[in-house]
Amino acid sequence: MDLSYGKEYEDFRAQVCEFLAANWPPEEGETDRAEGANRFRQKAIDAGYLYRNIPAKYGGSEQEADAVEAQILREEFSRAHAPMETRGIGMMMLVPTLLERAEEWQKEKFVAPTVRAEIVWCQGYSEPVSGSDLASLQTRAEIVGDDWVINGQKIWTTNAQNADWMFCLCRTEPEAQKHAGISYLLIPMKQPGIEVSPLKTMNGSADFNQVFFTDAKTPADHIVGKRGEGWLVSRTTLKHERNSIGAAAQSVMILQGLVEFAKKQTRNGRPAIEDPLIRDKIGQLEGYVRAHEYSGLRQFTKNAKGEDPGLIGLMNKLNSTNLGSMVAKIALDIMGEGGLEDPLARDAFAVPSGSKMWISQYMYSLGISTAGGTANIQRNVIGERGLGLPRDYYANRSSGK
Amino acid sequence: MNFDISEEQELLQETIRQYAANECPPTRIRELFDSGEGWDPTFWKGLIEMGLAGLVVPEEHGGAGLEMLDLALATESLAYAGAPGPFFGHSLACVALALAGSSEQQKKWLPRLANGEALGSVAFGEEGGAWQPDQWKIAGGSSLSGAKTHVPHADRADVVIVGTAGPGLVLVERESPGVEVEAFDGVDRVRPLATLKFQDAACDVLPGGAAAAPRLRDAGLVLLAADAFGTARRLLDMCVEYATQREQFGVTIGHFQALKHQLSNMALEVEPARGLFWYAAYAFDHIPEEAERTAAIAKAHITDGTMQVARDAVEAHGGIGFTWECDVQMWFKRAMFDRAFLGQPSLHRERAAQLAGW
Repeated sequence: MDLSYGKEYEDFRAQVCEFLAANWPPEEGETDRAEGANRFRQKAIDAGYLYRNIPAKYGGSEQEADAVEAQILREEFSRAHAPMETRGIGMMMLVPTLLERAEEWQKEKFVAPTVRAEIVWCQGYSEPVSGSDLASLQTRAEIVGDDWVINGQKIWTTNAQNADWMFCLCRTEPEAQKHAGISYLLIPMKQPGIEVSPLKTMNGSADFNQVFFTDAKTPADHIVGKRGEGWLVSRTTLKHERNSIGAAAQSVMILQGLVEFAKKQTRNGRPAIEDPLIRDKIGQLEGYVRAHEYSGLRQFTKNAKGEDPGLIGLMNKLNSTNLGSMVAKIALDIMGEGGLEDPLARDAFAVPSGSKMWISQYMYSLGISTAGGTANIQRNVIGERGLGLPRDYYANRSSGK
Repeated sequence: MNFDISEEQELLQETIRQYAANECPPTRIRELFDSGEGWDPTFWKGLIEMGLAGLVVPEEHGGAGLEMLDLALATESLAYAGAPGPFFGHSLACVALALAGSSEQQKKWLPRLANGEALGSVAFGEEGGAWQPDQWKIAGGSSLSGAKTHVPHADRADVVIVGTAGPGLVLVERESPGVEVEAFDGVDRVRPLATLKFQDAACDVLPGGAAAAPRLRDAGLVLLAADAFGTARRLLDMCVEYATQREQFGVTIGHFQALKHQLSNMALEVEPARGLFWYAAYAFDHIPEEAERTAAIAKAHITDGTMQVARDAVEAHGGIGFTWECDVQMWFKRAMFDRAFLGQPSLHRERAAQLAGW
């Protein structure tokens, strides 16, 4: 164990700090925030600080992989509240998949505009009767002339209403065994054959959608990998989703937010933070948050050495979502009668860190625990891949193994 | 930046694991449980030969001069093995003397503690759960009168570091006049406890005791966290082994999701906590401003979680898990010791809250 960074890296940190001091925040008078952030990102790309694993010809800064430098950048950028890579499902999941699996022209066409946030993506995986058993999906795609023609339905599609493109799993080889009959297609969203219908969630937001395909089309070459390889290609993507959901830094920030909330709220006539029950619960939460944080550092070290982090590498998602649930429950205790408020009211986020925001989080944490594989599916993964327990009998049977 | 243990530290753990697996298998621990002896002189002698008695004793006094993290890792491995004996109390006596002893006291005792000639222990507890330095009431001076409770292997220790009001630390030789040992019927039969009663007993004040007393408490908390981690890891492995051997309905029970999910939840409780006790042990030597609070959080989090893991482990074994015959009970009781010794988890969470200024 050595939690210092050493001279070489401290020099790198100093350069990063100097860059940030010179370039962020943008000059006053630059009124458009988004534009200022984009200009800053371009400077950071030129300096080699952002999109480091993306080749220069696709709009990245193409740096050699260095986990320590990456960690320093995360620390210093977040300290300066400077924007990092654009988020969103395209950047976090599709781009890594394209870089690993796609043909050259596909990378050229899609990666750079996605990096620049000019293309917005959505993910077409789940279907009404294919949730945890995703490989049973039924949305069909057939070649007719020069196009794939797609018919079927997707569900839980985040941001489909704003998306330009969808990366989508379709059944293209109906005769093949279930996993081998799936292909990974890129489908333009703005076309007559696609209808997007919002799904209102229990906390009142409408980020989720159903997407209906009626003879929707995409060119025949808009397939990543070969026909029937879609399942394999999608595994690349899902791995990235589970990683992104497990970021430990978020948990640390939420803990701090909860402590601030407890200082402001009153419980039994005094600040909630002085209530023994609340103190104990926050203390319990901090144990889990810190354990999660150090698990992240352990994995970071293992990755930097090129070693497999083992069991903890499978736990990030479930760990994060468990923490989200704990936070939500404690917040409900802290807010007391605030728990009677309806988070659906239009001003839910008008008061930052107010009760309504926490009520919304109380409900939203349940959505997060389902996204990217339900908690119970995560438990299967930990049990089977991590602990070496035998695979589930029914899952074995239906995959023909 | 390297959040991992070194190859030397891995080797230390592996050496202890192998030694304990050969010399102290569960059948041997069971004999000690049944006989109530709580002590295996041959096993302890082996640990001394491996240099474990003086792991954190400075090299100039004949020890290995290692750090709290090494001590915690050794503790984890011994707990995993369910090892009997005085390692915990003895190591803390070494820490106390190294932190607070005069050079004379160090010269006199540390070499003998390091080579195993003398056995050390520490006395934290007082009547009514007064474990913490600011709660100690027994007056330390040229002589000592009063009682300390829950002193590890007090009946065999040659020298005991006693926490006194102030706070302070004094050294007492157990065989000196006015020192009486009163047996205590402890839950963990391989780490026996006793009450020490003093009546004008001769004692020797450790000059650095005031500053060292809370540090010594923190060292104890770190080691209990490490011990609980090793305990939980063993319980989890026992459950996985059982689930892959025991058959019902024609398949091994590990096929069933109900059990699989229970074991995954246990693993989720255990494995991330490894970094927490590493960090607490590292902070003890290298991040002084965080050491006290992190030790409190590690002890509270890991000993609490391990207790739940132990309960789950009994359940996962079905009826046999509830029997004396099943090995689970031996680690279950280790978990109870680690959770209660030096104060309950809730107490340390409250301390952590105060230290954060909440």
